[in-house]
Amino acid sequence: MIPTVVLPIIIGGLYAAGVYLLLDRSLTRVLLGFLLLGNATNVLILSAGGVAGLAPILPVDDLGDINDPLPQALVLTAIVITFGISAFVLAMIYRSWRLVRDEVVEDDAEDLRVATREEVDADERDPEDMPPADRGPGDGFTVEREPLLGEVKPPSDDVDLELARAEAAENESAEARAAGDPDRTPAGGRPVDREEEH
Amino acid sequence: MEDLIRVLTPLPVLLPLLGAAGALLVGRHPHTQRLLSILVLSGVLAVSVVLLVLADDQGATSVSVGGWPVPLGIVLVVDRLSALMLVVANTVTLGVLVFAVGQGMADGEETDTPLSIFHPTYLILVAGVSNAFLAGDLFNLYVGFEVLLAASYVLLTLGGTAGRIRAGITYVVVSLMSSLVFLAAIALVYAATGTVNLAQLAVRLGELPAGTQLLLQSMLLVAFGIKAAVFPLSAWLPDSYPTAPAPVTAVFAGLLTKVGVYAIIRTNTLLFPDGALDDVLMWAALATMVIGILGAVAQTDIKRMLSFTLVSHIGYMVFGIALGTAAGLAGAVFYVVHHIAIQTTLFLATGLVERRGGTTNTEKLGGLAKASPLLAILFFVPAMNLAGIPPLSGFIGKLGLIEAGVALGGAGPYVLVGGAVVTSLLTLVAVARVWGRAFWRPRAVDTADEDLEAVRPAAGTSTTTAQLQENRLPPLMVAATAGFVVVTLALTVFGGVLYGVADRAAVDLLDRTPYLESVFGLRGIR
Repeated sequence: MIPTVVLPIIIGGLYAAGVYLLLDRSLTRVLLGFLLLGNATNVLILSAGGVAGLAPILPVDDLGDINDPLPQALVLTAIVITFGISAFVLAMIYRSWRLVRDEVVEDDAEDLRVATREEVDADERDPEDMPPADRGPGDGFTVEREPLLGEVKPPSDDVDLELARAEAAENESAEARAAGDPDRTPAGGRPVDREEEH
Repeated sequence: MEDLIRVLTPLPVLLPLLGAAGALLVGRHPHTQRLLSILVLSGVLAVSVVLLVLADDQGATSVSVGGWPVPLGIVLVVDRLSALMLVVANTVTLGVLVFAVGQGMADGEETDTPLSIFHPTYLILVAGVSNAFLAGDLFNLYVGFEVLLAASYVLLTLGGTAGRIRAGITYVVVSLMSSLVFLAAIALVYAATGTVNLAQLAVRLGELPAGTQLLLQSMLLVAFGIKAAVFPLSAWLPDSYPTAPAPVTAVFAGLLTKVGVYAIIRTNTLLFPDGALDDVLMWAALATMVIGILGAVAQTDIKRMLSFTLVSHIGYMVFGIALGTAAGLAGAVFYVVHHIAIQTTLFLATGLVERRGGTTNTEKLGGLAKASPLLAILFFVPAMNLAGIPPLSGFIGKLGLIEAGVALGGAGPYVLVGGAVVTSLLTLVAVARVWGRAFWRPRAVDTADEDLEAVRPAAGTSTTTAQLQENRLPPLMVAATAGFVVVTLALTVFGGVLYGVADRAAVDLLDRTPYLESVFGLRGIR
């Protein structure tokens, strides 16, 4: 009944390599790291069940001749869970590759925007100086007047603008139709982001 | 009565699982599927209410599933805490389901919540949550977590758009990490004690050396801390929640972090009653509250602001747990219940804001109070409740926690009480800013919108006043949200009854004997 040092060394090595891979930005490496960590944990559970080499099968004459079956049952469950989640992560990696031709963990754009926003009092801000995304509607001074009863908003007299808008809308819908075609991926370039959020 | 409980206890896990299978089978018939899901969740809610009444009457009861003897088989335990959590969780999931059904009927089937996937996954999520609340052993708790996490991965990445995949990756990787830490902790616990049954652990862990106990407790705390989004482990949450569909974000924000809080309460009271890490928890609670709310004040997007307040208010619950007294725990339990309801309501109301105004960015919204007074009320009431304006339930919860802190006395609790008050005020600042910008200020004139459109023609997120009038809200979604607002008000009106249950639950938790007796009592039966 001499405890083995092989298992702890394996567990430690797997954990170290797994953590190293998990810290990478590449998703495939993250998945590999997760698999290593999962296996390290499985071996850890297994080693919690006592000395290796005995079968967890009844009947036995002496209870010392049998391995603890419970950790093995736990490991089986853990393996199944790890397997299922790995499949899901693989699907996500593939989806990410299809969408943005990349499989890295990306930064949160909104987070960056908030973090790099200039720290100016709202009263001192000139909307003209701000990037359009930060700019509020209106000029900040004009107050909306409710249309009076019976008052009809005059139609826009900028015919060119209206036409240009209609054309743009048409192009957009045509693009959306084309994007629905699964084979259409621009060669060498980024594919159209198909289900871009509205 | 015992027999009734024995029959009812597994149902909150079983019914949603069977319902999920059924929902998959009838996937081609959306109406049948909707009806089935709502029926199943109504049934689970009814069962949970009966369980809560019975548990509050008789104390803890255990059921060994499959009839295996206690330390070997899986034990489900219903005590006041788990029954209360079940009732709240199922109320929320049922309400959000109604909201999602309303959204699905308004938008058509395959837009934001593709029914054929959404309903079965949602039911599995409910099964996982129920299993985590009922679990009587550590490994079953792990399985419950994995079931709800696996379902949440799917729900968070519904539709597979670029934004959701990006957010989903962060969420999945962080959740995987926490699960692995939890699993490793289970392995070490088993190696040290030879059991994973919580009741047996409660006895055997006490016999271990203090250092070993500390190691095991801190590993479990890290694992649950990630799931509950306690400060140094909370950075993943505001990144990943806001991109999901409104009903999904609502149920995640309301429920999933609280499952982590529940696990912290359970392990800290049952397994490690010495409170060796209470000081660490206090500082974590303070940091969670203050840093979370400072993040919320900086946001311009309503969903992100709410995600940060979510992190911040987790600090209140950890505060109650860290106090370690019956009053503190009762406050934490009450706050969990209040916060599940309130956070879900706010996210649902924000979903309606997004529908009505076309965006959740407060710098582009405006004039909603005039355009939709009902929506304004639906947002205003829970927002004030979150900030803790008397006499609403948020005030009752915060008052209870602060009283518990003052009663305990000492430097740490007093600092925390100060932090809690500051956080409450800053929450008011954050929600008042959103209210002022999105609802109260007048909407800018249309010509300005056109200028804006000319600057960035592709964005298309800003709607004109005319469009604003057209974005009618589907009545079922409004009804679901209004129902939630009524529930949160009911938490205020019946605050005394609820606080009574929370008090008794806290006494049970500290006493430990009802739980242990109920589990060990099973040996005699089978």
